Order: sequence, then C-alpha cells, then structure tokens
Amino acid sequence: MYEIRIHSRGGQGGVTAARLLALAAFRDGKHATACPFYGAERRGAPVVSFVRIDDQPIRVYSQIQKPDLVIVLDTSIMDVVDVFQGLREDGAVLLNSSHDLDGSDLTAYHVDLTGIALALDLVVAGSPILNTPVLGALAKLGIVSLPSVKEAISETFADERNVQAAEKAYQEMTV
Amino acid sequence: MLTIATGNKAVAAAVKAAKPGVIAAYPITPQTEIVEQIAEYVTAGALASEYIPVESEHSAMAACIGASAAGVRTFTATSSHGLLYMHEMVHWAAGARLPIVMANVNRALGPGWNVWAEHTDAFSQRDTGWLQVFVSTVQEAYDATLMAFRIAEHENVLLPVMVNLDGFTLSHITQSLEAFDPGDFIPPVRIPHAIDVENPCVYGPLTGPADYFRFRWDIERSMRDSVGVIADVEREFAERFGRSYGPTEDYRCEDAEVVVVAMGTLGKEAEVAVDLLRQEGVAAGSMRLRWFRPFPKLDLAGRDVVVIDRDYSFGFGGVVAHSIRSTTGAEPYSVIAGLGGQEVTHEDIAGFVKTRQSGKEFWFGVNDRV
Repeated sequence: MYEIRIHSRGGQGGVTAARLLALAAFRDGKHATACPFYGAERRGAPVVSFVRIDDQPIRVYSQIQKPDLVIVLDTSIMDVVDVFQGLREDGAVLLNSSHDLDGSDLTAYHVDLTGIALALDLVVAGSPILNTPVLGALAKLGIVSLPSVKEAISETFADERNVQAAEKAYQEMTV
Repeated sequence: MLTIATGNKAVAAAVKAAKPGVIAAYPITPQTEIVEQIAEYVTAGALASEYIPVESEHSAMAACIGASAAGVRTFTATSSHGLLYMHEMVHWAAGARLPIVMANVNRALGPGWNVWAEHTDAFSQRDTGWLQVFVSTVQEAYDATLMAFRIAEHENVLLPVMVNLDGFTLSHITQSLEAFDPGDFIPPVRIPHAIDVENPCVYGPLTGPADYFRFRWDIERSMRDSVGVIADVEREFAERFGRSYGPTEDYRCEDAEVVVVAMGTLGKEAEVAVDLLRQEGVAAGSMRLRWFRPFPKLDLAGRDVVVIDRDYSFGFGGVVAHSIRSTTGAEPYSVIAGLGGQEVTHEDIAGFVKTRQSGKEFWFGVNDRV
C-alpha cells in the first residue's frame, strides 16, 4: 500500500487533489481511497488530506501515520506544521516550489505549481489552482499514469487548461 | 457505471436508482452532500421526485409520513441533532407502519459541539421500531440503501429502515462505486394500508389499551419476520448483483479463539487488526455487526469476545457489549472507543485484543480500566 499525505491551506484544493489522485489511481486499475481530515476549516487554515493506493481493497480508515509521500502545496505551512512527521525512511517529499528543500537528507522533489497555474491564468477567486498541476507531478513520480491523470482531470473539469497544467508539471519536474 | 464516490454520494446515487416519489430533508453536517446531490438530480431532471426542502428535521419526517401514508416511496437523510429533533416523528413512522427509508450519517451529540463519527445518535432511536443497518464501505452504502427500500416495503415488514454510515470516516471518504440500474429488484411500491379516497377511513385515532397492545405486538411480529425477509433480499441481491451481505461480516472467524465485534468503519479496521494479530500468532477473527435492529443471534460460543462500542449508555455501559452479553451469554471485554471521531487505528484494536480482560470495561485513551 502506498500512502500519501497532502498539506495545503483551506481553499487551495488539497481535498480535490486527493480525490483526483484517487480517481487517476482507480483509472489505472488500482484500489484507492481519498480521505480529507475535516476540522474547523476555513480559507487559509492548514488542512490535511490522505490518499491510499493499493492492489487490494483498502480496509484502513484511520489517518495515515507513516506516509510514503508528503505533498506540500504551500511551503509556508512548514513554518507552523511538521509536515515530515511520521514520513517513512524511504519516503519522499513533493514541494510546490521553484527550489529544492535546503539542508535535508530527505528525498525531495519540487515543481513550481503556482507558476504553472499563473502562466495558464488558472486562477479561481484570486487563488492559483494547484490541484490539477500537482497530478502531473505525481504522474512523473510514477504513482499514477499520465493518461489516467488526464482522464481523471477531464472527467472532473471542463476547462482544458487543467489538463495542460498537469502536462506542464509533468514536463517541468525533474526526478 | 464504475466510478469513485464518497459515501454520501453513494447514498444519493442509490436513492436515484430507487426513485422515491417524495424526498423531504433538511441539511446537516456531515449529511449535507446527500441532500445537495439529490437536489441536483431533481433539478437536472435525472430524478423525477418531489423534493421538499423543509424547515426542520421534524418536518422532514412528517412530510415523509404524509407521503408514505398516501402510498408513495419516501426517503430522507439526517444526522445527530437532526435525528434527535425528528425523534417524535421517528416513533410515529414505525407505529404507522410506513416503509420510509432514512440515511443517518452517524455523528456525535453536543455539547461539546462535535461533527465526527459516533453511533449514539442511531442507538438513541433503538426502541422506535425502525430497522437499523450499519455500513462500512462506499459500495455497501449504495447496496444497503437500495436493499433498504425492498426490505421496508415488503408486505411482511412494512417498517421503516435506517441506513447508518459513519460521519466523515465514510460519508466523506472517496472509494470505488459501481452504481447500476436495479431493474425489477426494486418493484413499484405498494403500501396496502395507503390512503384510498374511494374508501375513506381514519388514520391515527385514539386507540384503547387492548387495540394499542395488539398494534405493538404486530410491530414486534414484523420485526421478527424481517429477519427472514432481510436474508431473502440479501440472497437475491447476491445472486443478481454479485455482492453478499448478512447480519454480520465475519473475517477469519472459523478457528478464532478471540473475536472482535465492531460496527461501521471500525469493523473494517478490525479486519486489518486481525491480520496483524494473526502474523503475531494470535488466533483472532472479527465480526462486523451490520444489523442492529433486528439484533442478530451471534455464534460466539467458546471464544473470547472483544466488543468495540462507538457509543455509550451512561450509567449502564457500551450498548453493543451489553446487547451481546444478553443475547449470547458471552462476557466480552468492552472497549469504549472512537467517540466523537476519536482516532482508532488497527494497531490500537490489536492492542485491545492482546490486553483483553473478559467482563471488564475499558475507555480507550482515558487510561482508566473500570
């Protein structure tokens, strides 16, 4: 089982990113669950969502304690939340950032999702859309396939720029 | 169609497939997505139901009672305080023998104000005459909601059915869902005592002790008959649609020396705990209790029993633990866990099994053994 924890702020689309990732994994023929943790959410507050992907039906409902991958959609959260908590030794971090994680031994990947969204003018209510480009980065990491990512996004959003954003993140991220 | 959906969306999809004539509901966290989705179906013309956005849960059940008394298939959904607010009408629906189907998204009761999973809300309606089933996956939420209409409307039952799903833990989780056209598995509704303007009669008049007593016995007789009806409907469902359900879902119980009994999503988490325990050489199994009313007869003879109650009856104990004690004679280790959405992992459940003490009660996280 591959376990992913997504850190974002309320309104940035972390919950939708989890759902899209589960859908893409499902289109790949895997079992997947997406589970947001709901607290007293409001726009801007740190929020967490979880995704589990497996070849077998998933019977675990508790929160992910030891993620294989941590996604940080807003790196300013790292000042207030220990996003690396419980991360597996062989785990990895995916940052929405134009630069790498400084001074860390962790396996880290980065891609400027915000820049990709802004370049495509993919902005809703003043916030750049991060949940569709991040799917491209996850395809690059091999967690889901790029065709399934595109299918999942097309099924969910009519605006084609969402698929373009995922493709751009796939191309831009180095692994 | 195979897709992914939340538990709430699965319930809404099953309601769409069952095509109730009247749906009356009031939104409440974490049930809101069910009524939003149904309202969208109705607005888009995908579901030809009369959707009544009432001003309260009491009115929601009252509207379902009126529509059902007129012979129409009815549905509502609620949670927690909403369920308690409709309590008077919940009794009335069963007493009037109306096959209303209700989804209840299990949520704790305030204060303190809490929107997360707990089963005390459903258990507070235990003695109303409603059948109650608890589900554990998105697919089961769909399947059980469909079957609820068949069971409720069966001529030997004619009692309302409550489909319970854990707030957030299931209502808001996304899993795979096969939504399908049930065809004649859900035949047109026929309520034999429905209002007939050609044959006027009085509904709900003053009833003397002798007749009242017979009406009450008739409810219990139907509740007992429902055991066979449920089994028949679940068997037919398995034959036609390929998924089997029963009063419990048993996992690795055949040679188990200790059995964990839990409900809802904790019942699934318990299966993972059983796998962990088996790896450590503990002969554990799990029984996920699906039907709470009618309460099934469990075969637990000769085994240790660990019951996880996501509920509590103050001054008495865990409702499920005591129900199992009184129906089987077992002396379970009664674990009170998960109240108000408390996080309970499979490792925690394995720990309950390893530290069990038959006949004792343990409040998880409180560090008291009572």
